[in-house]
Order: sequence, then C-alpha cells, then structure tokens
Amino acid sequence: MRALAPATLLACGALYCTVSRTDVLPDDRADALATHYSGGGQDINGISFLVRKKVGDHVSLSYNHLEDIVSGASIDVRTSGASPYREKRTQDGLTGEFLYGKTTYSLGVTHSYEPDYRSNTANFGISQSMFGDLTTVSMTYRRTWNDVYKMECLLRDDALHYPCVEKIHDPAFGKKDMDERSYGVGLTQILTRNSIISANYEVITDQGWLSNPYREILYAEPGVGLGYGLAPEIDPNTRTSNALGLDYKYYLPWKAAVDLQYRYFEDTWQIRSHTAQIGYTQPWHNWTFDGSVRFYTQTRASFYSDLFSSPTQQNFMSRNRELSAFNEYTIGAGASYQFHVPYATWINKSTANFRIDHFIFDYKDFRDALLIDPGAGVEAGAEPLYKVQINVMQMFLSVWY
Amino acid sequence: MSLSRRIAGLAAALMLLAQLAACAPIQPWVKPYERERLADPIMAFDPDPVSSAYMEHVFEVRSAARGGNGAAGGGCGCN
Repeated sequence: MRALAPATLLACGALYCTVSRTDVLPDDRADALATHYSGGGQDINGISFLVRKKVGDHVSLSYNHLEDIVSGASIDVRTSGASPYREKRTQDGLTGEFLYGKTTYSLGVTHSYEPDYRSNTANFGISQSMFGDLTTVSMTYRRTWNDVYKMECLLRDDALHYPCVEKIHDPAFGKKDMDERSYGVGLTQILTRNSIISANYEVITDQGWLSNPYREILYAEPGVGLGYGLAPEIDPNTRTSNALGLDYKYYLPWKAAVDLQYRYFEDTWQIRSHTAQIGYTQPWHNWTFDGSVRFYTQTRASFYSDLFSSPTQQNFMSRNRELSAFNEYTIGAGASYQFHVPYATWINKSTANFRIDHFIFDYKDFRDALLIDPGAGVEAGAEPLYKVQINVMQMFLSVWY
Repeated sequence: MSLSRRIAGLAAALMLLAQLAACAPIQPWVKPYERERLADPIMAFDPDPVSSAYMEHVFEVRSAARGGNGAAGGGCGCN
C-alpha cells in the first residue's frame, strides 16, 4: 500500500478485458513475465502470467495472476522515521470476451490482496466495428470496491534488516472504504493503408478514503528539533478526473513502425498533466527491436504543499509527492527474439523478450527532507529539491497456440 | 429569415443528408486486401498486454494522471 496503490493496478488489469478488437477475438496466447523495479530506496520484484484461450468461435477466456514483493524504504518512509519493510501483493483476474456479429462484449472480474489493501473490480465493455471495419467504437464501465487498512507493528526485532516481525491492522484506524467508477469511450480509425489512430476518453470518479494512511505532511516548527513536525495527510473524500488519449501509428516503407502518443489529464484536485511519447519498432530477421522516449509533466494539487505553516493550516493537506508538480522523463528499449520450439507442433509462434526503462523524476516543489540540517544552515523549506532515478526491467516469454 | 427558421432549415437539411447517406452506405476507402501492413504485429497498439499493463501500473502509481490510455481502444479489423 505504501509503495503501490493496487487500485491503479486493477485499472491496468482491467485492460485485459476492456480492450476489445473489432469482429476478431484476441489470439490464443500465454505470457510469463518477470519484473524488477529499483530506485528511490525500493526494490520491487514481480511475476505475472496471462493465459488466453478461445472456446468455440465466439468466446475467448483469459486468466491473469500476478505477485509483487515490495521491499525497502522510500523517502516518505524514511522521512516519517519508519523502518524498511517487506510486503507481498497478489492479484487474480478472469475475463470473458463474447463475439456476436460485429460486436464484442467483454466482462471481467479482478481481485487484489495486500495486508492493508483489498480490492475487487468488475468491468464491462462493448465494441462495435463499422464502415467496412474501418472504424471501431467502444464503451467501457468499471467499478472498483476497495478496503483500506493501516498496519502497525506488533513485534519488533531491531537487529533485523526488516525490524517488524509481526504486523496487525491498526484498530484505531479501522477499515476505510473507497469506491471507484470509470466510464470510457473510444474510437479506432484506419486512416490509410499505412496508418491508424485511436482516441480514448475516460472519466474516473472516486469516493471515500482517498488519503494514504502512511503519508504525512511537514509543518514548520522553528527552533524545535529539526524545525518541522509531522501530521497525517488529509485528502478530500471525492475526486473526479478526465483524460483524453491519442495514439497514432504509421507503417514506414522499410517495414518499421512509428508510434506517437499524447494524453491530456485534469482532475477536480486542480491537477493538469500532459504526456507525450514517441516509439519506434524495427524488425530484423528473427528479432524485433523497439525504443521509446516519454515526457510527462503535471501541476500540483490545490491542497499540496511541501511545508505547511501549521498542522491546521487548512482542511485538506497533502505532501504526497505524486500530487506535487514535477517533470518525468522515460527512455526505454526492448528486444524480442522469435524462436521455434521443437516437437511442440501446437505452438504457432514463440518469443523471448527483454525490456528496460529508465525513469528520471525531477520534482519542482517536493524537497528532500532528509537533508534538513539546521546546524549546517539548511532549514526546513530550504533543502534541495528531490530527484530520483528508477530502472525497470522486464523479461517475458510469450507463446501463441 | 428568423433564427428559429434558420435552425429549422438546417435541421431539415441534416435530416435529408442523413437519409441520403442511409441510401448510399459509406464505402471503406482502405479495402480489406489493402490492410496487410496494418495487420503486421508491429502495428498493434498493444502487442504485449502483460508488459504494457505492468508499465502502465508503474506510471500510474508514480504520478497523478490516470485513464485515457486505451481502456476503450480497439483494433483495426485487419485479419
């Protein structure tokens, strides 16, 4: 929970069922993915499996399972004085797609479990191809129910790297509810024999406990300790966001593809963001290479501040760096090798894939509170801005059958 | 001509146009046999759903933005 909000993962997992093609069901395939995330004091190792199989001519079923193990201590954990921790999350999802004429219906459910976060999602989608399959329009609806807990340490051993030996749900915090609804519409359009474009608009609305139970604000306390105090963040109980994304692909004459993406986002917390990405894919013999560059920028939430004047400065207060203003740059590269599996005649195609992405986060109003040192003249609010670099590696095998 | 009459005239013209369009269905300007390149796997919007879902997760938990990235997307009907 402290590291990765599973509700967002559920949203991603729901993609398996809400992405509907035109009058063609998705290919039968199986994928096994291993991931490694490192940076900002955290390591996250994960695995994920996806199996998809047609049943007859009109039904396709898919099952996805993933596990993540988060370990370490982010800057938020260290600033609050908490210890490094280790936590496991699992998620399972089942999806059915039903093809009827030119219409594809999808229905899916997902369950995610963490010690301090339980999440259940149901989603429904419908897509319709028209104009000789040049155009596909789609609509999606997703509903998520989340239960939020806060863990507290019952048994400690400070000699260990992860000192908390046994954790329980904090009875004072209890259980908080958070519900999410998503409404999406999409259009995919073939433009020419070499180009295709997709546009998606999505409204997501949240209600309930939207604060992070572990994130704390900093408020000024001149002359006391390091010159600042800590208090729990208080986020509003509702949030509604709008996002419009565009994706354009062009087939180049030498058998390669260019991918251009843009997304505009805004929400009722006064956050605005722009995302732009360019990608290039080049096949070569049995290999397929691809590279991408992504730029992301966002403004801060209206109730965000790096340092508040007091713990009661305003009714909503957050120092959650995901709600601060920052720029983020990502450069990624991947390679895929297609190989033949001997004797397995039922396998049509198989690939081994590797991908690495490097992230640079450049925060504009989130400072590195660990560098506050009044004795050296670095007062709270004058410490350097925080920057972090993250590497994400993925290795996966895919087979089509 | 009053504004209401202009609007009524415009609405009538649009209805007539729609009826005419119904009589002559839109012809695909890219024929099915011209979609070989679009059907190439390198032109897929989401060629590796497990990988892209994971990356989307990383982006979403590290930033405020969410949605609008293909949850309602589609393919090209190329096969």
